[in-house]
Amino acid sequence: MSGRIVPILMPKWGLSMKQGTLSSWLVEEGSEISPGDEIMDVETDKIANALEATDGGLLRKRVGMAGETYPVRALLGVLAPPSVPDSEIDAYVASFTAPVVEEADDEEPVRLFLDLPVGRIRYAERPGDGIPVLLVHGFGGDLDNWLFNIDALAEAGSVVALDLPGHGQSVKSVAAPSLTTMTDAVIGLMDSLGVARAHLVGHSMGGLVAGRIGIDRPDRVASITLIAAAGLGEEINGAYLDGFVSASSRRDLKPALAHLFADQGLVNRSMVEDVLKYKRLDGVGAFLEALRGTLFPGDRQATDIADDLAGIGCPCHAIWGAEDAIIPAAHAGAVEGATVIDGAGHMVQMEKAAEVNRLILSWTSS
Amino acid sequence: MNNPFPLSREGLLTAYRRMRTIREFEERLHVEFATGDIAGFVHLYAGEEAAGVGIMMHLEDHDRIASTHRGHGHCIAKGVDVKAMMAEIYGKATGACAGKGGSMHIADLSRGMMGANGILGAGAPLICGAGLAAQKLGHDGVGITFFGDGASNQGTVLESMNLAAIWNLPVIFVVENNGYAESTSVDYAVASDSYVDRAAGFGMPGITVDGTDFFAVYEAAGEVIRRAREGGGPSLLECKMIRFYGHFEGDAQTYRAPGENEANRQHRDCLKIFTGKILEAGVVETGELAVIDSEVADLIEDALEGAKAAPLPSAAELTTDVYVTY
Amino acid sequence: MARTLSMKDAINEALDQEMGRDPTVVVLGEDIVGGTGSPGEDDAWGGAMGVTKGLIHKHPGQLIDTPLSESAYIGAAIGAATCGLRPVAELMFVDFMGVCLDQIFNQAAKFRYMFGGKAETPVVIRATCGAGFRAAAQHSQMLTPIFTHIPGLKVVCPSNAYDTKGLLIQSIRDNDPVIFLEHKNLYDRETDVPEESYAIPFGEASIAREGTDVTIVTYGMMVPYSLEASETLKREGIDVEVIDLRTLSPIDLDTVFESVEMTGRLVCVDEANPRCSIASDVAAAVAQEAFGSLKGPVAMVTAPHAPVPFSSALEDLYIPSPERIADGVRQTMGERSS
Repeated sequence: MSGRIVPILMPKWGLSMKQGTLSSWLVEEGSEISPGDEIMDVETDKIANALEATDGGLLRKRVGMAGETYPVRALLGVLAPPSVPDSEIDAYVASFTAPVVEEADDEEPVRLFLDLPVGRIRYAERPGDGIPVLLVHGFGGDLDNWLFNIDALAEAGSVVALDLPGHGQSVKSVAAPSLTTMTDAVIGLMDSLGVARAHLVGHSMGGLVAGRIGIDRPDRVASITLIAAAGLGEEINGAYLDGFVSASSRRDLKPALAHLFADQGLVNRSMVEDVLKYKRLDGVGAFLEALRGTLFPGDRQATDIADDLAGIGCPCHAIWGAEDAIIPAAHAGAVEGATVIDGAGHMVQMEKAAEVNRLILSWTSS
Repeated sequence: MNNPFPLSREGLLTAYRRMRTIREFEERLHVEFATGDIAGFVHLYAGEEAAGVGIMMHLEDHDRIASTHRGHGHCIAKGVDVKAMMAEIYGKATGACAGKGGSMHIADLSRGMMGANGILGAGAPLICGAGLAAQKLGHDGVGITFFGDGASNQGTVLESMNLAAIWNLPVIFVVENNGYAESTSVDYAVASDSYVDRAAGFGMPGITVDGTDFFAVYEAAGEVIRRAREGGGPSLLECKMIRFYGHFEGDAQTYRAPGENEANRQHRDCLKIFTGKILEAGVVETGELAVIDSEVADLIEDALEGAKAAPLPSAAELTTDVYVTY
Repeated sequence: MARTLSMKDAINEALDQEMGRDPTVVVLGEDIVGGTGSPGEDDAWGGAMGVTKGLIHKHPGQLIDTPLSESAYIGAAIGAATCGLRPVAELMFVDFMGVCLDQIFNQAAKFRYMFGGKAETPVVIRATCGAGFRAAAQHSQMLTPIFTHIPGLKVVCPSNAYDTKGLLIQSIRDNDPVIFLEHKNLYDRETDVPEESYAIPFGEASIAREGTDVTIVTYGMMVPYSLEASETLKREGIDVEVIDLRTLSPIDLDTVFESVEMTGRLVCVDEANPRCSIASDVAAAVAQEAFGSLKGPVAMVTAPHAPVPFSSALEDLYIPSPERIADGVRQTMGERSS
């Protein structure tokens, strides 16, 4: 009767995650859990985050011990109705074997590249039905910014994320990078993948990119979700841009990255190292300088698409972290019905992933 | 007027001016050193001018030389600024090396002077690098390394001769054989009967010339440098010469035969031999040389006064220039 | 997953990419191509350890086999560096420095200062270092402190393939002479290494493991050994921070001080002999600058003051082991060695 028993597993956040540490339980045995409840804190070498329940039910047993490290998909807890006897729960735990992860699951999405006119573009793809959700990261980011979103969104349908030119593992030598460089790359990727229309989800600068495409190419866009987006007002945190662009050491970069989160404890060594690894690549320094000069000259946003957005035909949504220190949450006011989430900073899609995922799915999977 | 020499009148006067400048520079240093104003080790090139100038008359700035502890003459012959040299020897901030190198380490890479060197035989590997760079960068520059009869026994020199030979480098190994390695006679310390034989051992041409005869040096150097420039590979050139002074200033030179220095000055002064020849041929006149002498004396006087008056390096200079960046 | 490379292949890729980027980069050394002038295969060896294998066909004219003549070719590399090339000279074993040290410490290291700031000597001298190969006293030394003692030299000793590629590229682009030491035992270890070129700036230590109880400061082969020791200690409830210095000149003492200020305990681990070593240097610096943070004496885990022995029974004792490192940590924690 194990059909009534639902396991709680160590999540797999991002493609490189092999194991995680259960930092602490947030719920007691015997408590009733609803989908979306934060049930435990999990820390990986990349990031710490609260694990939210995907299923509801009665927490019968906490299998994972706080402070211990478990492989991805290890059994951490068991949900079951009161009618299931303890002996059956124990038998379930004793006989549990983690679902086998096929090698292809791990390998396939990472090493996808396309050659576009601008150069080589890396993307990740999760196949599914319907109009794909296309995720566009922000300035200095990459597709791993969607670590906590991509798999959750993929449960409802097809998801694509890319590294914009100059970012992640995409081409670094880009002459005179501009907003057009970015929009061309997104359209080019859609063309190459045969995606006629997409739900564009853009974070920060990626929001500006998504909005611009919605305005210029309404035929290619089913909906737009702007997350802490650029292009909706003038202000942007110049000190952050300075710090991010100029830092070449851990010491200099860490305080800059702290601007990104409401909970600055999330900026761990691994995150700083990953950004440094990107910034050290040949061409990245010059690229970021040039792109910043074009999009954010004099620490102001050069492009405001708020008025144009108001007139587009497709649905347009906005999500902001209330404590955004990069682009003020007040800019959310430019989009009707925008959701401002408390306790989150600029990286709201990471800090409040479950809530952001639910909002996006509610707009894209209808 | 008939000019029997391989240089034009202007060339002869230039060569004379360079040799005269070296002589005046070194003679003045000899006097000034005795006053106690100059610190450290000073090794004078006086008496050896024909070798350095005879060779360097063939060189341009993109040709490189690696010099020795006795480097003043090579510097002047290669075009290093005399005033900056003098200030360097006085340890002044205005010196060629900002007072950080001193007599034994004067360099000016912009003139192709890779440095005097306090380590005997150290210039030979370095000049192979200069030759390799010329080869790889595709220009016709040559490299000349100078070393004495003493350093000719260093492994670095012999290894470098082998390296230059197998890589066919545009490099000339110049032995300045003044008969003494510090106080030790060449007859005692050098096993070969002839440096030409040593060159032959590495499969490279070797020539021995009278280093007190500017024209003999000039002619032989011209031949080996031309060959090197044209891709013909390295050569060895031995200049047999004399040193007017001791190994260093303060050397009592008790190892010499009685009257040896006086006889050398009398009969083997390369400047006297040079002026004798060009005056006898009537290509230049005494008055022209006297004008040069006077100009050179003024230059050295200026250099000395300037060096004495120049400021010492500031304390902050103690730790600058260690790295390009750190 | 991202692509993984061994340290050996990371060196090869760094040289390959830099030679491609800049034609003035030339690589020279004994047998780096191999078979030159011989009747058999060209590129026969690609270096004594195969590190430069295959490069001659991609960059003909930029790799040069040398005679067994270290003074001459290391000196030539240094001379060429002052004349417009960016040579990377390979010395098969750092132990051979003895025969060409004058060119390194009296020539390359001195030019800039001695010539009043008017000379640049952008040369890299690569050499293998370290024990563990039953190669005995003249092919197994670290000798890192010999080079850090000399102003004018930069000294790099990476612990993994990612750092190796980035630090070697930085070394080649750097305008000062760099001694680049590669531990033989790390050659086949793999890490993620980006395919693109990247340079890691000198003078920033990496925190190989975060911890709160005790700080290990080390470099090279002792980094994986210290990490191994840390896992053992974790089971005993000791949370170790491991700092990988990466570059020994310049040295990132700030990261060391910050860590010791947090943990209050320091273990210096060095495969070099103990006297005037990197370990003693770090210990002295901490004593001088962060004495007040120390909760107890500093421990040093190093090779003994003896040459590297041949016999496996002795060499295994010579090299600081994860067990000895763990003991050093326990010592600073005020516990008896196991």
